[in-house]
Amino acid sequence: MSGPELTVLRLARPYLKRLVGAGLLAAATEFAGLALMATATWLLMTAADRPPLDRLTVAIVAVRALAVSRGVLRYTERLAGHDAVLRLVTDVRTRVFATLAARRGAPPRTGDALSRLVSDVEAVQDLLLRVLVPGAAAGLVSVAAVGLAALISPPAALALAAGLLVAGVALPALATVLTRRAGAEVAPLRGVLAADAVDLTHGAADLAAFGATGTALGAAERRAQRLARLERRLAALGFAVDALGVLVAGLTAGAVVLVALRAGVDGVLVGVLAVGTLAAVEITLALVAAARQWTGLRSGLARVAQLVAAAPDTEQPGAGPAAPSPVGRPTGAGTAVGAAGTGGAAANRGAAGAGGAGLLAGAPDVRFEGVTVRYRAGAPAALDGFDLDLPAGRRVAVVGPSGAGKSTLAAVLTGAVRPDGGRVTLDGRDVSAYSPDELPRAVGGLLAEAYVFHASVRDNLLLGRPDADEDALIAATTAAGLADWVRAQPDGWDTVVGEEGGQLSGGQRQRLALARALLAAPGVLVLDEPTEGLDPVAADEVLASTLAATPAGHSVLLITHRLSGLAGLDEIVVLDAGRVVQRGRHAELVAAPGWYRDQWVLQQAAEHGYLALSG
Amino acid sequence: MNRRPFDPRLLHRVPAARRDLALLALLGVLAAGLIVAQATALAALLATAFTGRLDRTALTGFVAAVAARSVLVWAQGAVSARVAATVKAALRADLLGAVARHGPGWVAGQRAGQLGTLAGRGLDALDAYFTGYLPQLVLSVTVPVAVLGRVFLADWSSAVIIALTLPLIPIFGALLGWQAQAATERQWRRLSRLGGHFLDMVAGLPTLRAFGRAQAQTDAVRRMADGHRTATMKTLRIAFLSALVLELVATLSVALVAVPVGVRLLGGGLALQTALLVLLLTPEAYLPLRAAGSRFHASMEGLTALDEALTLSASAPAPAGRAGALPDGRGEIRFESVTVAYERTTALREVSLSIRPGERIAIIGPSGAGKSTLLGLLLGFVTPTTGRVTVGGVDLTDADLDGWRRQVAWVPQRAHLFAASLADNIRLGSPDAPPAAVAAAVRDAALDDVVAALPEGLDTLLGERGHGLSSGQRQRVALARAFLRDAPVVLLDEPTARLDAAAEAVVLSATHRLVAGRTALLVAHRPALLEDADRILRVEDGRVTELTPTPAGEAR
Repeated sequence: MSGPELTVLRLARPYLKRLVGAGLLAAATEFAGLALMATATWLLMTAADRPPLDRLTVAIVAVRALAVSRGVLRYTERLAGHDAVLRLVTDVRTRVFATLAARRGAPPRTGDALSRLVSDVEAVQDLLLRVLVPGAAAGLVSVAAVGLAALISPPAALALAAGLLVAGVALPALATVLTRRAGAEVAPLRGVLAADAVDLTHGAADLAAFGATGTALGAAERRAQRLARLERRLAALGFAVDALGVLVAGLTAGAVVLVALRAGVDGVLVGVLAVGTLAAVEITLALVAAARQWTGLRSGLARVAQLVAAAPDTEQPGAGPAAPSPVGRPTGAGTAVGAAGTGGAAANRGAAGAGGAGLLAGAPDVRFEGVTVRYRAGAPAALDGFDLDLPAGRRVAVVGPSGAGKSTLAAVLTGAVRPDGGRVTLDGRDVSAYSPDELPRAVGGLLAEAYVFHASVRDNLLLGRPDADEDALIAATTAAGLADWVRAQPDGWDTVVGEEGGQLSGGQRQRLALARALLAAPGVLVLDEPTEGLDPVAADEVLASTLAATPAGHSVLLITHRLSGLAGLDEIVVLDAGRVVQRGRHAELVAAPGWYRDQWVLQQAAEHGYLALSG
Repeated sequence: MNRRPFDPRLLHRVPAARRDLALLALLGVLAAGLIVAQATALAALLATAFTGRLDRTALTGFVAAVAARSVLVWAQGAVSARVAATVKAALRADLLGAVARHGPGWVAGQRAGQLGTLAGRGLDALDAYFTGYLPQLVLSVTVPVAVLGRVFLADWSSAVIIALTLPLIPIFGALLGWQAQAATERQWRRLSRLGGHFLDMVAGLPTLRAFGRAQAQTDAVRRMADGHRTATMKTLRIAFLSALVLELVATLSVALVAVPVGVRLLGGGLALQTALLVLLLTPEAYLPLRAAGSRFHASMEGLTALDEALTLSASAPAPAGRAGALPDGRGEIRFESVTVAYERTTALREVSLSIRPGERIAIIGPSGAGKSTLLGLLLGFVTPTTGRVTVGGVDLTDADLDGWRRQVAWVPQRAHLFAASLADNIRLGSPDAPPAAVAAAVRDAALDDVVAALPEGLDTLLGERGHGLSSGQRQRVALARAFLRDAPVVLLDEPTARLDAAAEAVVLSATHRLVAGRTALLVAHRPALLEDADRILRVEDGRVTELTPTPAGEAR
């Protein structure tokens, strides 16, 4: 037990009493089982001597009490243990989230890494419930059993102790080694097989088109067979430990009987010792399962511990006024995620204040001064000495081929990426000087990878401005072209995105994210490809209504690869390979030779055809 | 959901597992016999020890029974793991084979992810079912029968009580199970919603951060996690309570047996050895039934995976033994009033067109208009709902598809790169291509600078889904595949989508070289691709119209 386990245990401190209680209850449960078998045997063997009934009364009562209490104890232990551990897991989840939220870097991106994060957190649960609590119980019962046996016959107790040591120490150690080795051998092969499965499903079209399906299938089958052979071999080894466990239990019982008889122990007590030994070894063998479980949990625990150790030590559940949080407000015992409905919205409206600060403060003056960003040392710069002035109220578009550095620009401005050279200032103050809560009120909008939460449409929108009223919601969704869809839903604003009826197309998703950005209405509105996924006609409409819906006096930084609808903007900057290659107003750029004019002509040619034919 | 503890389809679909499953049943019978033997020997040993003597025969018998049980535990484990491994390997092959038989049209999209997960890690959940639950299920039949038989021989009245009380376990189990199941299903939606919340929040962190709500949301995460805990405890309480009831039923049953035995022992009506035997064996009768019940839950995941795998692979059509006519790639390609209807939409309506050999056709139109379906028809991924597609007069529906595809080179929108070496990825269609041919294809696709920059050149292993290459580089790998194919017909689906200016220029010039002298269909996303075209087809809303080619620079 080391590093990660200790970190987890430190987190468990508030629930230590409950956990220790659960451990003691578990021990009591096992002990009741053992005592039940031993007492019943004593009762039976004593009864064979046909003593007067009153000599047996205590034992009879004891057997009844033990039989019932075993079940009740187990029930209480399970409830107490799960309750404590689930509370702890709640803490761990909160902490992991807080750590990730405090980090400036991106969270795990792939679905695989995400679901691993969830199962890692669950490893904490298994560590306590399946390793520590049963392990501690088995240890306690073993010690108690040896102690009681010593009262009857010290030599027999010695034999029992030897058996318990094998069952509780040697076998778990062996199981750990075998499980670890098996994991090391199996894991890479399982990984390869998972990759095969991906290749054969996601690459099915490529394989079929190039006539390679048969070959790939054959290779995958061979690897599956190889994994099967390995699994069979490893299982044969692994189950040898269980077999040894059975053998140890029997041999220990035999040895105890032999030793006790030699030592002249009373016949009845020999029986008690024998039956008790079988039960005690059985209980101790739980440590083998615990050891296996623990081996499997270690890597997940290490990852969680790393995350949790870095967490800010600030959480006090329920302390201070809870910030309004549209996403994920449980309304009583009823519905789940942020199905806040009207109740939640009312609460949000009540908590108006902080969220609106950006609105009132007006737009700051933004300046990019020689900003350079390089994602990896030696890699070509994503932004290369970029300069831009964006005084309050100005509307600027940044265009250029994909990969030119447009999204990096947005990331630098919103503080997600720190420039390697140069600086970005708001009203003369460096962006990095603003706190993570402060900056989004001044600068924000629709950024790349805008995420739509599995919550109601209303909650998704209110994320932009928690105190927004119905009129504001309608205005924002109308500008984004989503109002008709919302009206058509039976649940309206409370339609849960991603559930029946709430399946959004890519375009609707984009519109929802855009409406959220408009609702937030920061002084500097950043729009990264706001019409992505919309057809040309809709794209033009949405861009126009979006620009119209942005309050006068607010600045706009529009990032786009479509050149349509930019005529009204104050300035257009053309980026290529991180550098400004052209700048000016639409009319000037179209008149001058260069990337902008070429692209304009090409896009018009393509879309002109589209429009002529669709009309 | 299939809640049967054993799926008989398994025997039919994985014949290799039949013998091992039979062996597992036999081992279960032996195990039951040995439990009885061990208890018999122990009872004899203790009854003699009561008089202060050692019964050597009984001790030897006891140790022998224990040793045999130990071997049996090992055998049961090894055999059940063998079944698990065999079944998993067979189902994996079946599933992936089903994907191959269904064809890429069937597997596209979300189903690919589901299948990939199932065939990959999903089936590993079967381990718990085969090694944990199934042996226990066998024991829950054999052990009670063996115990009943042995107790009947020793003391029939006790056996009668056991026989009468034993059914209480499954009866109560079923009653409580229904209760618990109903309660669990009520909670299920709520639980999964609450459980998914954490994942949702982490996935959406950049957005939360962008709105300055990441810190504030920590509180919501705590509340939701707390809600998850409360809901979980509710279901657990029911589960634990039903376990308690079952345990008490078993305990009470044992007491019903033990009390008369004790009374008769006191009265001298029963031998100690018999009484001990009954005491040792009776709890064993109830134990496996309860154990099987409690393990069923843990094996549900495996059973669900099994059910999915069996259903999915059974739905696949028989392997197509197509030995139809071989279309000539240098013949005319004709679409004769082709309509393609999918479940919800119609992708193409009454499309008729003919493409002469050597013609280069550009296809434009908004996304989702049916452009890719046009190429899918030619590749044989999609079959017309009505109408037909012919090549050199041969209907593709019953043509020798493998032979036809050998004459087609395809550059998809987003080529899938396989977790293999770069060279193997290029050689996808012709694994025996000589190195010189591969090198030529690499040059033609303007991939040589990429190869030169890789640490091990063409032998560099690519990660899953081509991880390690940029989209432009991946597109050039797909072009190299097409060059190496050297086919008379070339199909390109937006080959320069998602590329930056520099990469687009490189891929464009490679594309020019590729289509030269071949029949080419080119789905064009960018105007630059139209320059090569002899004819331009416009697809919109499933209908195809022809445009007069307008050189890109001269358009208004």
